Amino acid sequence: MDVQVSVYRYNPERDDVPRMQDMTVAVPDGKDLMVLDVLERLKAQDPTLTYRRSCREGVCGSDGMNIGGTNGLACVTPLSEALKKGRLVLRPLPGLPVIRDLVVDMSLFYRQYEKVRPWLINDTAPPAQERLQSPEEREQLDGLYECILCACCSTSCPSFWWNPDRFVGPAGLLQAYRFLADSRDTAASERLSALQDPFSVFRCRGIMNCVNVCPKGLNPTRAIGHIRTMLLRRGI
Amino acid sequence: MVAPVTSLARSGLGDWVVQRLTAVLLAGYVLFMVAWLFAHAPLDYDQWRDLFAHTWMRVFSLLALLSLCAHAWIGLWTLSGDYLNERALGRKALLVRFLFQMFCGAALFGYGVWGIQILWEL
Ligand code: SF4
Ligand code: SF4
Repeated sequence: MDVQVSVYRYNPERDDVPRMQDMTVAVPDGKDLMVLDVLERLKAQDPTLTYRRSCREGVCGSDGMNIGGTNGLACVTPLSEALKKGRLVLRPLPGLPVIRDLVVDMSLFYRQYEKVRPWLINDTAPPAQERLQSPEEREQLDGLYECILCACCSTSCPSFWWNPDRFVGPAGLLQAYRFLADSRDTAASERLSALQDPFSVFRCRGIMNCVNVCPKGLNPTRAIGHIRTMLLRRGI
Repeated sequence: MVAPVTSLARSGLGDWVVQRLTAVLLAGYVLFMVAWLFAHAPLDYDQWRDLFAHTWMRVFSLLALLSLCAHAWIGLWTLSGDYLNERALGRKALLVRFLFQMFCGAALFGYGVWGIQILWEL
């Protein structure tokens, strides 16, 4: 079976403006491929086609892209689900500067991630072996620690499109809550103070695009709600 | 960069709380008005004037009016930060945003003063 693919192409060294390139790729009958497999076949046809990839099993988070209008990981999105009217349309993640073809500059995304200080802060003397948690305390981190920073969520969030320099975005906020919820972390108060301004958290308008696209099935909107509740408890 | 100096409470939490509380108050006012109008249909001028002769009704109306102004200000301020920022408009964003906020502020202040005049028949 032949599949029609339309791919976003842009090489800043050669092109003035981006364009969509139509390509045809043969896929085996009776077998579903992942979108990444289709990309590999396209690259065999045209080696200049550029995209990021690594683990090819939804763990590294490097092949996030806009597939048929929805952000997702190419490696875990089946072609059958990605086809819209028999066509596959591939674009880079929206809202970030394009470096080339499907590769975007993630600096803004990482800067927001860095802002939430995504590491454990605890100045008390560490015990001889490790800081322990009860199974219940550990459970609080479920649905948070699994994030692979693929940026599918933040680049589908209109609030992040409009204010990527000030709004932390769903991915960063999910991690902010991951450390706020950690029983071993002692910096909750400082972390909350840093999130209190009108932009960092409160630009979230509950649109839930982030929940819709997360390839790991995580729920940043719920985490943002928890952060709001913590801020409110502390503020009243 | 959109600095939050013109936000009402200068804190996202403050704005957020104010917006929720004013929304509840406005919903209460609308429900009350709709219920009252249904209960007094067909309405005549004397009934309408009697309602607003009560001090509690004037205070309730004033609260609703101030809530509306605060709610609208936060909403419009947010909107100006989303759509009238440097990312959308480039260098002229600051001026456009400032003029827009001035216009909204003046209009809302005007409505507020006008509303007080009407309520207290000044
Ligand atoms: S719920 Fe909040 S963070 Fe998620 S897409 Fe919507 S505005 Fe963005
Ligand atoms: S929350 Fe989900 S979509 Fe967002 S970066 Fe993490 S894994 Fe990706």
